[in-house]
Amino acid sequence: MSSDVVDHLGLSRRHFLQAAGAAAAVAPNGVPAQPAMRDALPLGAPSAAKTTTERIVRLRVNGADRELTIEPRVTLLDALREVLALTGTKKGCDRGQCGACTVLVDGRRINACLTLAVMHEGSEITTIEGLGTPDALHPMQAAFLSRDAFQCGYCTPGQICSAVALVGELKAQALSAATFEAAPTGAVPRTIAISDAEIRERMSGNVCRCGAYVNIVAAVRAVADGKA
Amino acid sequence: MNDVDYRRPSSVAEAIRLGAEPGAAYVAGGTNLIDLMKGHVALPTRLVDVNRLPLAAVTTRPEGGIRIGAMVRNSDLANHPIVRERYPLLAQALVAGASPQLRNMATVGGNLLQRTRCHYFYDADIAACNKRSPGSGCAALEGRNRIHAILGASEACVATHPSDMCVALAALRADVVVQGAGGERRIAMARFHRLPGDAPERDTELAPGELITAVELPPSPFAARSHYLKVRDRASYAFALVSVAAALDIRDGSVRDAALALGGVAHKPWRVVAAEEALVGRPLDDATIAAATERALAGARPLRENAFKVELARRAIARALQTAGGVA
Amino acid sequence: MITGQGIDRVDGRLKVTGRAPYAAEFAVPGLVHAVLVTSTVASGRIVRMDVSAASAVPGVVAVLTPMNAPRLPQGGKAGVNPPAGRVLSLLQDDLVAYNRQPVAVVVADTLERAAQAARLVRVVYATGAAKLDFAAAKPNAFPPQRANREPTDHARGDVAAAVAQAATNVDVVYTTPVEHHNPMEPHATIAAWDGDKLTLHDATQNVGGVRTTLAKIFGIAPENVTVLDPYVGGGFGCKGSAWSHVALAALAAKAVGRPVKLVLERPQMFGPVGNRPHTEQSLSLAADRAGKLVAVRHATISETSTIEDWVETSSLPARHLYACANVLSTHRIVRLDVATPTFMRAPGEASGNFALESAIDELAARAGVDPLELRLRNDAERDESKGRPYSSKSLRECYRVGAERFGWSRRAATPGARRDGRWRVGHGVATATYPANRSAAEALVRLLPDGSVVVASATHDLGTGTYTVMSQVAADALGVPVARIRFELGDSRLPKAPGAGGSQSAASVAPAVHAACKAMQKKVIELAIADPQSFAYRVDPEQLTVVDGWLRLASALPPSGRPIAAAGAGGEPIATIVARNGGTPLETRAEAAPGAEREQYSMHGFGAVFAEVRVDAALGVVRVPRITAVYAIGTVLNEKLARSQMQGGIVWGMGMALFEESLRDGRDGRIVNANLAEYHVPVNADVAAIDVAFVAESDPYVNPLGVKGIGEIGITGVPAAIANAVYNATGKRIRELPITLDKLL
Repeated sequence: MSSDVVDHLGLSRRHFLQAAGAAAAVAPNGVPAQPAMRDALPLGAPSAAKTTTERIVRLRVNGADRELTIEPRVTLLDALREVLALTGTKKGCDRGQCGACTVLVDGRRINACLTLAVMHEGSEITTIEGLGTPDALHPMQAAFLSRDAFQCGYCTPGQICSAVALVGELKAQALSAATFEAAPTGAVPRTIAISDAEIRERMSGNVCRCGAYVNIVAAVRAVADGKA
Repeated sequence: MNDVDYRRPSSVAEAIRLGAEPGAAYVAGGTNLIDLMKGHVALPTRLVDVNRLPLAAVTTRPEGGIRIGAMVRNSDLANHPIVRERYPLLAQALVAGASPQLRNMATVGGNLLQRTRCHYFYDADIAACNKRSPGSGCAALEGRNRIHAILGASEACVATHPSDMCVALAALRADVVVQGAGGERRIAMARFHRLPGDAPERDTELAPGELITAVELPPSPFAARSHYLKVRDRASYAFALVSVAAALDIRDGSVRDAALALGGVAHKPWRVVAAEEALVGRPLDDATIAAATERALAGARPLRENAFKVELARRAIARALQTAGGVA
Repeated sequence: MITGQGIDRVDGRLKVTGRAPYAAEFAVPGLVHAVLVTSTVASGRIVRMDVSAASAVPGVVAVLTPMNAPRLPQGGKAGVNPPAGRVLSLLQDDLVAYNRQPVAVVVADTLERAAQAARLVRVVYATGAAKLDFAAAKPNAFPPQRANREPTDHARGDVAAAVAQAATNVDVVYTTPVEHHNPMEPHATIAAWDGDKLTLHDATQNVGGVRTTLAKIFGIAPENVTVLDPYVGGGFGCKGSAWSHVALAALAAKAVGRPVKLVLERPQMFGPVGNRPHTEQSLSLAADRAGKLVAVRHATISETSTIEDWVETSSLPARHLYACANVLSTHRIVRLDVATPTFMRAPGEASGNFALESAIDELAARAGVDPLELRLRNDAERDESKGRPYSSKSLRECYRVGAERFGWSRRAATPGARRDGRWRVGHGVATATYPANRSAAEALVRLLPDGSVVVASATHDLGTGTYTVMSQVAADALGVPVARIRFELGDSRLPKAPGAGGSQSAASVAPAVHAACKAMQKKVIELAIADPQSFAYRVDPEQLTVVDGWLRLASALPPSGRPIAAAGAGGEPIATIVARNGGTPLETRAEAAPGAEREQYSMHGFGAVFAEVRVDAALGVVRVPRITAVYAIGTVLNEKLARSQMQGGIVWGMGMALFEESLRDGRDGRIVNANLAEYHVPVNADVAAIDVAFVAESDPYVNPLGVKGIGEIGITGVPAAIANAVYNATGKRIRELPITLDKLL
């Protein structure tokens, strides 16, 4: 049994029978169940509710002071991409599982997707746009370019921000799992030797589905060795 | 993610007052909480940002142990000179976890409180999850459970605790210092995380509103011989299938003290004191290791897809002890 | 000649500085955000939807459901024309055919509000028992209409008789799991209507296909649809079709009267946009005493959805890869309540090659012959399945060069013989192969008064290097410095090109670019010789050439290495010719298409892959310290980029071999590891040394530039080489991917 109803926008709708049992086929056309009619939002009538949590958030991004009016739940990543139109930082998974959103906050590499913009007032935030420009490349950007350390380019800003921080971490003698693999039991080495194994491990928080890892390691190694 | 109220207290007292209200959650690094909020698994209505609280110091204690502020970042803790020198097991466990980016944000307190690993728990569209929704069932019990628990589980929940740091803290006999409306108290690491039992909705012994302020470690005789072994499905940026924190104090060819804890196998870091005791007073040979292993894995009950974890754990314990003991 | 040289990517500066815009990153005024709601059951009907909570979220503009979505022509099926036009879920009915099928779209003024509201949509389903059991469905496996472009089955000779008389036999079953593409860029669409004209910024490998499909879906003229995508963040096949979210974004934009941006959340990449299906492959190989194959039987069963038949064509390589008089290669499919699979990097070849090349290895072991030697003995000199010669095949050279570079002669013949401390060491080899596909394509060239050149075609760059290699081809064909070329792509309004699939882009577009540039060169010369102000006035055109952007007498060219623009040597910049042409840019177009040669020759790329693995004797952990791979793929357009492409494909092969598996719950059909923490693609620490080399190969038939595609051949051969190496290291033959440590304990 078919019953087409034309709604207030002039669009005809098909309605659905409320199913009694699971196995029996349910006819697609039929008289609507009342709850579905009442709950369906007519198209073109936006929610009248208002948000009350928006606040002014002051961020310092790439050396510039920016003022955003956003809800606290806006992540640093979405603040950069959707509000500040700094789309160089990428959203790959939005759950801290790929590293595409890596930015530098007070010089440290973090995933911008798992932190809120409001939590970083007072910090120096550096994104890929702040590292260099097409006419004035950061040495790490130049190294990635010359060694073809990217293909589709989507993970690349995160890789480069990560790599820049990595060089600093190595200089500061920060540890990695690779350090322990190379070290005797229980004794943490005083100085960490730069090696491909160290760079691979330290760059493992940046997934590259194009598989440019070999060239990424070469680029990072060149900069870390001072031979870029 | 739902909309939230956001507060940024500047003192512990103010934080606790805000955190005591219903619907409030403390946010530190956010690397687990924000993930859970995006998945609508965690649904706080207020976030209390504790990042600016003066809880980020690592200090030595008079009797030789250390006190680690709850806000110390995982990376900073691993790299701290005192930890590198005196508790390398902890450093090695820390850098085995997550990624450099996550370790730069994650705090000690947050790492302790990260939720259990389970495909179904993290998917809020799955109805049967006793942890999210008490009484609704456990989808993992008869589901895809290769990554789930072989020890300490119940029919209500078979999830595992994914932290590497916690396994090392368990082995090192840490105490968790917490503060709440009722004042400060200490919870031994062995008790801090719970078994699922029939109330898997509670991962820890923390009372609502309590804030972790520090972790304390006793002096450790293990600096020279320790090893954190993490066995996983790819070389990095992955949770453990099985992990082992092993540490030994060996004098004159015999074990004087031992620390042994497993990760990836249970709802909490799996430390069996009887397994450690099986090592003490003996030379570190195959028989000793086998005896300790048997006690550590006593009561192991595999699920349909994770029987391999029992054998893997057996071999991983041996490898970790041998490596720690310098005989691998 | 710049073609072949390893110049930096011409789009590289934009990519390393974060200035290259991907689909979701275009600023469209008035844009609102849409988030997809997907099903939580595998099959059934939507009985009721409660959108009251969702609609009440501040900033929500609309919630589209099957109950209120605008009606589309033919129930949303007007665009169905697989594989470009898939059977989609466009809110036109109440059917649910797989878990994570789109069932609603929430539109709001911010992304956060749309995402929050999406979670609040409550759906009530009527479900029956879902068909999710492959083993139970197998008895009902049936032959599909075709195996992609090939016949479903191929039979020659008498396999049964040959098997019965053979000296050595192998009869084994291999399986490959469900896999998902997981490009780093999630699918994203920005849809904007202007009257009945639709503009889409869409993350796609096929701007032309999206245009055609969306036009049909909405019942509008194709000229009214414009699809733009200058930079794609990876595709690997999952962006080769216009999936549901693209039309849903357009539908939402139409319904709310504003541009709509819809980006898939990572878990939504596990269902609505395709996957490689599970395969079960039965291999029988039989050989005579000399190790020559007398029978090959390759039977593949794969799964598809209940709404569209899809075939993973795993049994194809066996038809031609080795010389054998008796071959039976078949495909059968079963329909389950799962998402429709799609092309995933080397569809058919990747999965089928794993099985075939592992079986060859098992045959070699049983026959007591070195696996490389066995392949050489059975190398096919012509395509026996089609009775045609190969257009070119340098596989023997690949084996030879690869074996030397790898050190194959130092391999221990006895499995399990080699140890290095706790590690068992093993070496394996496999053949790589992929068809050299080609389609018709067009290109235009525009020479501007300032001497710069725009070359354009509606092709794509997914990291495949199209911008760069086409610039190189154009530079050489036209005779200008490569820095003056600006290549444009990713725009459906440009001259037509095929979708970036089947590794066909370079092979299809380069000849068109070459032809259009040659036509431009000819046009410049014709203008000059007719122009009294030109030094070339009335000169015989045969005497003229364009080099380095200058029109010169060929005889007056300085020795190579000397600057062209030497004063007094004659000649003029071609820009001046344009300037004298009233300053109007010159334009040429050309089409290039394959011809009869495709029926006369069998065209494939080939390679030899060698892998070393180390297996922890106690823990079963597998590491791959080195892979050597040598390929014969015709003309190499850019040495640096080609090597990167091969390395990338090899990394994919490592992922397929060791890590990747989408875990489906047998009760509700949901992929439970629908995220990048639990679906394991290789990370940096998984990859050590990858040695890639190319053998020189000149193929006059495959296309005028001798180019064979290289986007997919890299994954082929790698899973088998690794599996064979694992066998050599441990004596354990693993026939089920991925080779996780639990299989080696």
